[in-house]
Amino acid sequence: MVFNDPLQAINPAGMGSAEVSRREFIRLAGLGGSLVVALSVIPGRVSALAPKNDRSAALNTYVEIASDGQITILAPNPEVGQGVKTSLPMIVAEELDANWNDVVIENAPIDAERFGRQFAGGSTAIPMRWDELRTMGAIARHVLLQAAGQQLNVPIEQLSTQYSIITHAPSGRSVSYGDVAQQAAKLALPKPENVPLKTPDQYRLLGKRITGFDNHAIVTGQPLFGIDTVVPDMLYATYVKCPQIGGKAVSANLEELKKRPGVRHAFIMDGTVDIAYFNPGGVDMYSGVAIVADSTWQALDARQYLKVEWDTSKASTDSWSALVEQANAIADAAGAVEVEHKGNVVKALNSSSTRRRSQYTYGYISHAQMEPQNCVAAWNSNGTIEVWAPTQTPQSAVASLAQVLGIEENKITLHQIRAGGGFGRRLDNDYVREAALISREVNAPVKLQWTREDDMSYDCFRPGGFYALEAGLDSKGKLLAWDNHSIAVSADGKKPNSSAGHWKTDFPGQMLKHFRHTQTLLISKTPTGPLRAPVSNTYAFAEQSFLHELSDAVGRDHVEFLVDALGEPKWIDKGNIRSLNTTRAIEVIRAVAKRAGWGKKMPQDRALGLAFYFSHAGHIAEIADVSVDTSKKVTVHKMWVVADIGPIVNLSGAENQCEGSVIDGIGVMMSQSITMTNGRIDQQNFHQYPLLRVNKRPEIDVHFVKSDYTPTGIGEPALPPVAPAICNAIYTINGERIREMPLSNLGYSI
Amino acid sequence: MSKITINNKDVDLSGVDPNTPLLWALRDTLGLVGTKFGCGIAQCGACTVLMNGQAIRSCQARIGQIKDANITTIEGLADDEGKLTPLQQAWIDHDVPQCGYCQAGQIMSATALLNKNANPSKDDIDAAMSGNICRCGTYTRIVAAIESAAAQSNGGDAS
Repeated sequence: MVFNDPLQAINPAGMGSAEVSRREFIRLAGLGGSLVVALSVIPGRVSALAPKNDRSAALNTYVEIASDGQITILAPNPEVGQGVKTSLPMIVAEELDANWNDVVIENAPIDAERFGRQFAGGSTAIPMRWDELRTMGAIARHVLLQAAGQQLNVPIEQLSTQYSIITHAPSGRSVSYGDVAQQAAKLALPKPENVPLKTPDQYRLLGKRITGFDNHAIVTGQPLFGIDTVVPDMLYATYVKCPQIGGKAVSANLEELKKRPGVRHAFIMDGTVDIAYFNPGGVDMYSGVAIVADSTWQALDARQYLKVEWDTSKASTDSWSALVEQANAIADAAGAVEVEHKGNVVKALNSSSTRRRSQYTYGYISHAQMEPQNCVAAWNSNGTIEVWAPTQTPQSAVASLAQVLGIEENKITLHQIRAGGGFGRRLDNDYVREAALISREVNAPVKLQWTREDDMSYDCFRPGGFYALEAGLDSKGKLLAWDNHSIAVSADGKKPNSSAGHWKTDFPGQMLKHFRHTQTLLISKTPTGPLRAPVSNTYAFAEQSFLHELSDAVGRDHVEFLVDALGEPKWIDKGNIRSLNTTRAIEVIRAVAKRAGWGKKMPQDRALGLAFYFSHAGHIAEIADVSVDTSKKVTVHKMWVVADIGPIVNLSGAENQCEGSVIDGIGVMMSQSITMTNGRIDQQNFHQYPLLRVNKRPEIDVHFVKSDYTPTGIGEPALPPVAPAICNAIYTINGERIREMPLSNLGYSI
Repeated sequence: MSKITINNKDVDLSGVDPNTPLLWALRDTLGLVGTKFGCGIAQCGACTVLMNGQAIRSCQARIGQIKDANITTIEGLADDEGKLTPLQQAWIDHDVPQCGYCQAGQIMSATALLNKNANPSKDDIDAAMSGNICRCGTYTRIVAAIESAAAQSNGGDAS
């Protein structure tokens, strides 16, 4: 059985589901780096999201306009809460001069030829799509103008557009986009270079606050997420892996389980590896026991009666406390391997007037996205499979499934579906592989549902680790030399695990004559992976706290010290927005200081703390207004966020990401910690892994500086400065330098 | 089994194991998937529904133990014509969601609050909403939306 229509598939089997006809897209348009010529009229197009239209015209890969004026824009990248389902189509709509009220957004199909790389990661969707989507909007507008010119028999130079209307000012006549869309679709597309793009002062939509396109469906509880997917004759599965990571299922009471109510199948899967490391397009899969039943609850209920014999001979025996002991023993020396060295750090440190060395420690954390991993897979006996996956990397998921199932990629239809949070966890596709293999085994459509405990035990965790930082300053308190010994976890002792250790950064290495980065690897089998602003989310804590230590050691104001450390105006790799631009950096630092009233007198036991960090092409400075009482209870009263991320696409979405980053950052730094004992994850659910609650939220002030650089995404870069800003404030209050996250390990609470 | 009314419709769950949590009966049996699974142990609030007007965690309520209850889920808030409640509309106006997964639970907890306290203080809101986790951190907007909906209702009362 094949389910081609994702809209049909996510309609619930029971109450209130609207009838949806199968859509017949005949889109000849493709996109492989260049724009496409072929256009197609779509007869009888019917969509669940839209009223029926008799006729509708596809103007290019992204834009389709119906005769009643409805404009459908495809959203090419997965929506995981970062807002791209709304913001990417806004870019098209701006250049199209569309009335946003006319716009309907649909998820694009997974198709590399037409849409290039479709993924959600690294805050890259906006910068990667910026030129492409503006051009798509402008091209569509151009053919509409041409069609209108023909219809009105006037030169297109005399036409103007606004809110989906084309006006001929000399005669006062106007036509709507819907009026001319059919004709426009027959015209040859212009070359992109012949279509002018707007200048920022002409924007009507970009930079405004636009509510998320899916918000109505969200607030009315409509089926929307991966977990909401229902297909006919679907069974429900749970997959039980060894509590000690990497243990293999040898035997289980499968026959007993099959007698439990509703249970159809119970079987062992061998897996492909002992421990599945982060590899979105790979085949890594753990051994375990699948239980497949008529409902989620029946599968979960049967699971309580499961007894498994596990072979743990090759399982993880990791212990967080043992890693800490090992790291503490070596942190005072340089690392085993020199990763980067310029000048002579040892000599420069020895000749410094002031010298400081500090070790920073950060624990493992879990992604804890709200929607536990799930995936619907429908294997067909003809060797094809259809999959509904809330993944950040749908194209990697297809590549992965092709390998693990041993079929061609063209036998796989994968639908991208809104995910209830990503944060990097859904970059990997381990749960997609599990669902597909279970579906094939039982030869039926299956929804695999992880429990929260599965999710927290079998994460690709943000790795814990250590940075020992040393710096030397001259007699005027100016930074001279910087030495970083990063101590990182590694499964093989050869390279750091995913997202562990330290990556090369522009600051402060590019500003100093003497800079060194050495590294030591500690053996650890616990799987790791990227988590929102990977590496930056820990290194910023160490670097920006340490810089405050240094400014304090030489008695300099933190703002002035930081600005001085950034040095002369310089764009490290001019033209590359992913390299540090000190002019932009200093501007956001100065701006946040001004907004927060840096230097003002603060009440007793209360202080401001500052941090700056550059990551994901975002220059972000933050100031925290914090108080701490004698019992180490922390209150974050207010956070100021000033960001330079280029022109803002959706102001509401961008502000929301900054606000969320602050909340996320506080929750992580204060109390989130994943530890392991003999290979088992000690935390299983939210009672042991506290996320920040509403009553602990600070007031948050977000400001974007006006900027004409190429824009970047803001899903990640506002997170890294949060922890050091708060820790720097705490030091100013009570003189205790925080060198470990989470702070709950040091007796602090919020 | 006693009678259960969900969104003003009598439902028949006689074929379902009475130990089944209401959450899974809603989602798998009735196709009301707006109520979300987050933790399964009443820690996150994603599964919040109203039972006789009170906010409850549907992952903890076994259907066999529900007696003569009137359940309201997120799907049952808007009226038959699809008109949203002021709270739902405020949620859209304030662009509260990021990923959106927890928001049904948040809205149900906020609905229960406003039903018994039309003019909640910030402390009242904090107390009522602290059982609902938003991993994306949309709390500022959640509070703003609740205050905005309350102000609108109170304005209506005063006129």
